[in-house]
Amino acid sequence: MTVLEQPGSYRPTPPPAWRPRTDPAPLLPDAEPYRLLGTDAVADADPGLLLRLYAELVRGRRYNAQATALTRQGRLAVYPSSTGQEACEIAAGLALADQDWLFPSYRDTLAVIARGVDPVEALTLLRGDWHTGYDPGEHRVAPLCTPLATQLPHAVGLAHAARLKGDDVVALAMVGDGGTSEGDFHEALNFAAVWQAPVVFLVQNNGFAISVPLAKQTAAPSLAHKSVGYGIPGRLVDGNDAVAMHEVLTGAVERARAGGGPTLIEAVTYRVEAHTNADDATRYRTDAEVEAWRAHDPIDLLERELRSRGLLTDDVTTEARDAAERMAARLRERMNADAALDPMDMFAHVYAEKTSQLQEQAAQLRAELDAELDAEEER
Amino acid sequence: MTTAAIPTTRKAGRKPASMAQALTSALRDAMTDDPTVHVMGEDVGSLGGVFRITDGLAKEFGEERCTDTPLAEAGILGTAIGMAMYGLRPVVEMQFDAFAYPAFEQLISHVSRMRNRTRGAMPMPLTIRIPYGGGIGGVEHHSDSSEAYYMATPGLHVVTPATVADAYGLLRASIASDDPVVFLEPKRLYWSKADWSPEQPEQVAPIGRAVVRRTGRSASLITYGPSVPVCLEAAEAARSEGWDLEVVDLRSLVPFDDETVCASVRRTGRAVVVHESTGFGGPGGEIAARITERCFHYLEAPVLRVAGFDLPYPPPMLERHHLPGVDRVLDAVARLQWEADWTSEPGRGGAERLAGGAH
Repeated sequence: MTVLEQPGSYRPTPPPAWRPRTDPAPLLPDAEPYRLLGTDAVADADPGLLLRLYAELVRGRRYNAQATALTRQGRLAVYPSSTGQEACEIAAGLALADQDWLFPSYRDTLAVIARGVDPVEALTLLRGDWHTGYDPGEHRVAPLCTPLATQLPHAVGLAHAARLKGDDVVALAMVGDGGTSEGDFHEALNFAAVWQAPVVFLVQNNGFAISVPLAKQTAAPSLAHKSVGYGIPGRLVDGNDAVAMHEVLTGAVERARAGGGPTLIEAVTYRVEAHTNADDATRYRTDAEVEAWRAHDPIDLLERELRSRGLLTDDVTTEARDAAERMAARLRERMNADAALDPMDMFAHVYAEKTSQLQEQAAQLRAELDAELDAEEER
Repeated sequence: MTTAAIPTTRKAGRKPASMAQALTSALRDAMTDDPTVHVMGEDVGSLGGVFRITDGLAKEFGEERCTDTPLAEAGILGTAIGMAMYGLRPVVEMQFDAFAYPAFEQLISHVSRMRNRTRGAMPMPLTIRIPYGGGIGGVEHHSDSSEAYYMATPGLHVVTPATVADAYGLLRASIASDDPVVFLEPKRLYWSKADWSPEQPEQVAPIGRAVVRRTGRSASLITYGPSVPVCLEAAEAARSEGWDLEVVDLRSLVPFDDETVCASVRRTGRAVVVHESTGFGGPGGEIAARITERCFHYLEAPVLRVAGFDLPYPPPMLERHHLPGVDRVLDAVARLQWEADWTSEPGRGGAERLAGGAH
């Protein structure tokens, strides 16, 4: 009204509620993935850490190979290999303190065993004898999660609860590039940021969600850039550089521990093998692409660093390989034993107490099992 | 829709309280008794929830225990899972029935099976409060009865109160349960009142027990939640027709109280299942099948269902035509083959033919 009455007197003003909540600049990831191996910046890296990472990478690669072989032998229902991604897995497993929690996805068995979980129990889900083989509370490792990104809000809630209780606990949640498209990824990051929960989100961008390449997954400059919209810092790292991964993850965990809130880390890596044994990777990618990534192998990269420092002696390689072989032999031996299963266990853990319906059904199965036993005895 | 007053025992010092007040009392008492109980959801803080069920809790217990979350149902339930993993007892509010659907994956893939997939190592002691059902003139997505979805998911308890006392008792029991409970609040009963006092909460049977709200000999009305008052009113009206109807309030859909339901149907020989949810694939099909499997030789007539029509919940100006009301219940009762002469039909069952025989 006033505007009409007094032409030229109207000056547009910003909406009254408007104020920038956060300066986006410090949240932005670097333009290039952060690297340490092969640069001058690695000079400060502790030789003990380098050797430990090397041994773990070698063991992890052997574990992947053994588990894949067990799948071919029918001992595992399925195995999603993390060959080529071992640096991400090992760094994630080593970045946490004892009291911290890991929230793995189905491909993250190496991170799980790096937390101390029994290698056979880490395969229970994939073996098919039960869903989770380990007690999540014992090693502070959540069950391997198959639905994509659904474990991320759990990590936020747990870290939030720990902080409410005054406990010094950080949660590290792992997800793949495909999982970043899920709604739960968004909701988890948003809750974490609003609550300033001590959580670290690690995205392993291995190039494909089964067969769908990243370009068909997102139009974002990088997956790390997604952090900015939540008010969370994003970090972009070379996921095949174990030392860089270790430094960035450890830094993010310490930042969360100190009350700095969540961080989103994108590890740029590659899934050298197929999604699982049920997948045919030749249908959606070229040999040349795979070979280019094989030339950027996480173990080779670290070996070159160790060699340039004179740390890679024959003793070191022999010891690492022997330890990996011993682990593989034990794994083979234990996985080749048939699992002892009690079918009645199916009813044991549905509710704290069996409902009358489950009691009836358990009795039915008991009778069927007894009849089977009787029939076997008669034979 | 009219709702009949639910008979209550008047005790000294009691005055009318609403179901909404009883629910608030249950939350407050649970939070007072157990510091691990946390209430969370959209608008539960300073607003006290859109139905004011969480009124005053943030002020009394602080925003850390009564938390306004971002608007995201999967995030609300997903983070509550993590909190339960760390030993808390979250009580999650989903604002309306149909708003809970984004949280379905968390409910079905994680909440319901966390105990099972970890072989008992990780129970999920959380309560999911969902206002449900129609009759309050809500616009689209504010009146669904989604109980069949929850009932079809093993690992969840599904309960729904119909009285003020049950609202308090069942909510306390749900929060105390080490298993996840979907707590369905019949929103058109929020303002129903009964003589009830938070200082003298009545003892409520544990989750899984149905209750006979009205005894009768002619037929059993098997119902729950918002349809309980409808059935009680129908039973009163039926007296003039010479029918003496029994009304069974299930209270708990999972676990299901076969014992109470079957005892009632065996007494009366006839049963009608009444609920607002759609009939096809709805809870009534399961309930009717259970009754038929267990009580076939006691039945004088097929088990009938009175349910909402098999359509998306209609707009509020039409909902009275959709919701099962007293007349529709009475129509079903009238169809219970009162005139059929079972004894003259060879090969058919019936209580009279079986009289004196082993049931």
